[in-house]
Amino acid sequence: MRQYSNKQDVQQKSYYDDRFFITPQLPRVNISEDEVYSADIETLKSHVEVLESYIEAGELVVYVNATDNLKTITFLRDTLEYDFLMELSAIDYIKDRNGFEIFYEMLSTFKHKRLRVKCFISVKEELQSVESVFKMANWSEREMYDMYGVKVINHHNLKRILMPDDWYDHPLKKTYPLHGDETAQWYEVDKIFGKEARDVIGPEERDSAAIDRYDTTRFSRLGHEVEFGVDITDGKEPEHTPLAYQEEGGVKLFGKRLVKELHEDKSVTLDKRR
Amino acid sequence: MQQQVNRLKPFFENINFEREDNTMVVNFGPQHPSAHGQLKLLLELQGEEIVKAVPTVGYLHRGMEKMAENMMYNEFLPTTDRMDYIASSSNNYGFALAVEKLIGIEAPRRAEVIRTMLLELNRLTSHLFWLATHALDVGAMSIFLYAFREREYAMDLIEDYCGARLTHASIRIGGVPSDLPDNWTNELTAYVKILTEEIDKYEGLLTENRIWKMRLENVGIITPEVAKSWGCTGVALRGSGIKWDLRKEMPYGLYSELDFDIPVAQTCDSYGRYKCYMQEMRETMKILNQLIPMYESSEPQLMAHAPSHISAPKEDIMTQNYSLMQHFVLVTQGMRPPKGEIYVATESPKGELGFMIVSDGSPYPYKIKLRAPSFWHTGILEDLLPGHQLADVVTIIGNLNIVFGEIDR
Repeated sequence: MRQYSNKQDVQQKSYYDDRFFITPQLPRVNISEDEVYSADIETLKSHVEVLESYIEAGELVVYVNATDNLKTITFLRDTLEYDFLMELSAIDYIKDRNGFEIFYEMLSTFKHKRLRVKCFISVKEELQSVESVFKMANWSEREMYDMYGVKVINHHNLKRILMPDDWYDHPLKKTYPLHGDETAQWYEVDKIFGKEARDVIGPEERDSAAIDRYDTTRFSRLGHEVEFGVDITDGKEPEHTPLAYQEEGGVKLFGKRLVKELHEDKSVTLDKRR
Repeated sequence: MQQQVNRLKPFFENINFEREDNTMVVNFGPQHPSAHGQLKLLLELQGEEIVKAVPTVGYLHRGMEKMAENMMYNEFLPTTDRMDYIASSSNNYGFALAVEKLIGIEAPRRAEVIRTMLLELNRLTSHLFWLATHALDVGAMSIFLYAFREREYAMDLIEDYCGARLTHASIRIGGVPSDLPDNWTNELTAYVKILTEEIDKYEGLLTENRIWKMRLENVGIITPEVAKSWGCTGVALRGSGIKWDLRKEMPYGLYSELDFDIPVAQTCDSYGRYKCYMQEMRETMKILNQLIPMYESSEPQLMAHAPSHISAPKEDIMTQNYSLMQHFVLVTQGMRPPKGEIYVATESPKGELGFMIVSDGSPYPYKIKLRAPSFWHTGILEDLLPGHQLADVVTIIGNLNIVFGEIDR
């Protein structure tokens, strides 16, 4: 029987896991140990519902309800002096929790502190845009939509940004294979030559490390050299290719050949090392 | 198979041209020489004035974040070179630092000194490249040749260290791969001396140049509010009068020990940013001069000692069985950082370069978000360009120092 693999996550997995290895967790510090953060979280709690909060790697992480995201970001900017929204994106947890975790990475140039606002939305939910508070969200949310398919409402121009407008699926989802899906294989063929050329051209090879030994236009094998473009399928491959280390005549220096000419019939293979 | 021209349906048709108000829509790029790589700008023009600008990116998208999810941490490091390929060591450093923070190790002091030297040399090459191409766009051809000459020397130094000129991969997670070659510090001192004199010459050519000032002054004004809202960092932010440099304000590595200033311009325009860049190069040379004695006084250890995450030195691997086993496991299976999330930002030549790593404890990162500063420096063009003349577009694009490797990732 074929081994079961979860299609919700087709990314690379480690091939071996030690049964007895316990993965450590990055230590989470209590907020009361940091004065600035504890003051901030107190103020924030009076304004929005904070689901969870802790300090991880020296940075305050705050979980809020997804519906409160705009309210939280606005409050953080206006009242708590977090004047930069540095980054926002989603993390794909479709496999485990059927949704995305959205994070907003904020920075306060007044307090020299960073803060991460996080919220969770399920696949079918929509997210409120924060573009009205930070203009940088204009492009970031477009990227998030492009990469994860997270629907953002109240965004004035929610279009794809990095992928072509007519691309199928969202490439950073864990369900999306690294080399692209079947639609991706035909994208350029359809676009440039038309669907009717599919039979002539064939699907695009999207694995940049793929090797085809029968393709004599793009690959060659040492010791089995053949003419460019020759068909070597179905036993048409020559048994032996004569060795030639240099072109006819060889490279000459002061009238002498730099490397001695190779006579294959006279060369011998040694039985053991000298 | 012949390509059928009529198959290539453009996304955009010049339909506005025949309208009564007669705005013209111009496709600027992606093959325009001053589009700095693969930027496509849709410009709507009223005469020569820009009414609307739509920057389009994605022509260099290689899906690095996707690749990162399918690579072990050490495998991904050389890929970061291809982000900001003008200063690739700074990307290596940002990533290496993020992973080091995640697994909780610190690079030895000598490694940190060498890294900082490389970072600052990269800052020089990046700024010189910026100066050369920006001046060329604006029309000052000779400065291009001068600045590229000095950039070559800096690249020679980097080449002597790591063997590569553009994609260095010169920094490892946990340290640096090798010590500086003999006589390298002397060559660095000589280079800094040359560049100190040359920068004065560049400034002599440009700073009070009438044409240069006419092209740059009051062009591309980014007010502090807009800069903050658009997430501008680096010189784009400091040129708007906000004194914010992560090396100074939230120091990492050796920067808290180094003495340097943060140049700020209050004019908010392209000329102010130009002045910032020039001054920043001088500050960088100040840092490089301080690093040489630090290098000489440091212990020769180059990689951190953390057997569960970092391979032992080569001598140990070749002589000791246990080191060899560790190395084998780390190469074939990869290191396993703890579960957790971390965001580490460094000040790259372009601005705040952030690496957000989400780890689920497996050797493959669950997610990596690369925060590339140029992404928003391109986005701001939407708001920045309208109201300017068409000729100012090249000035503004060049001045913002955008590199498409890191915008598209």
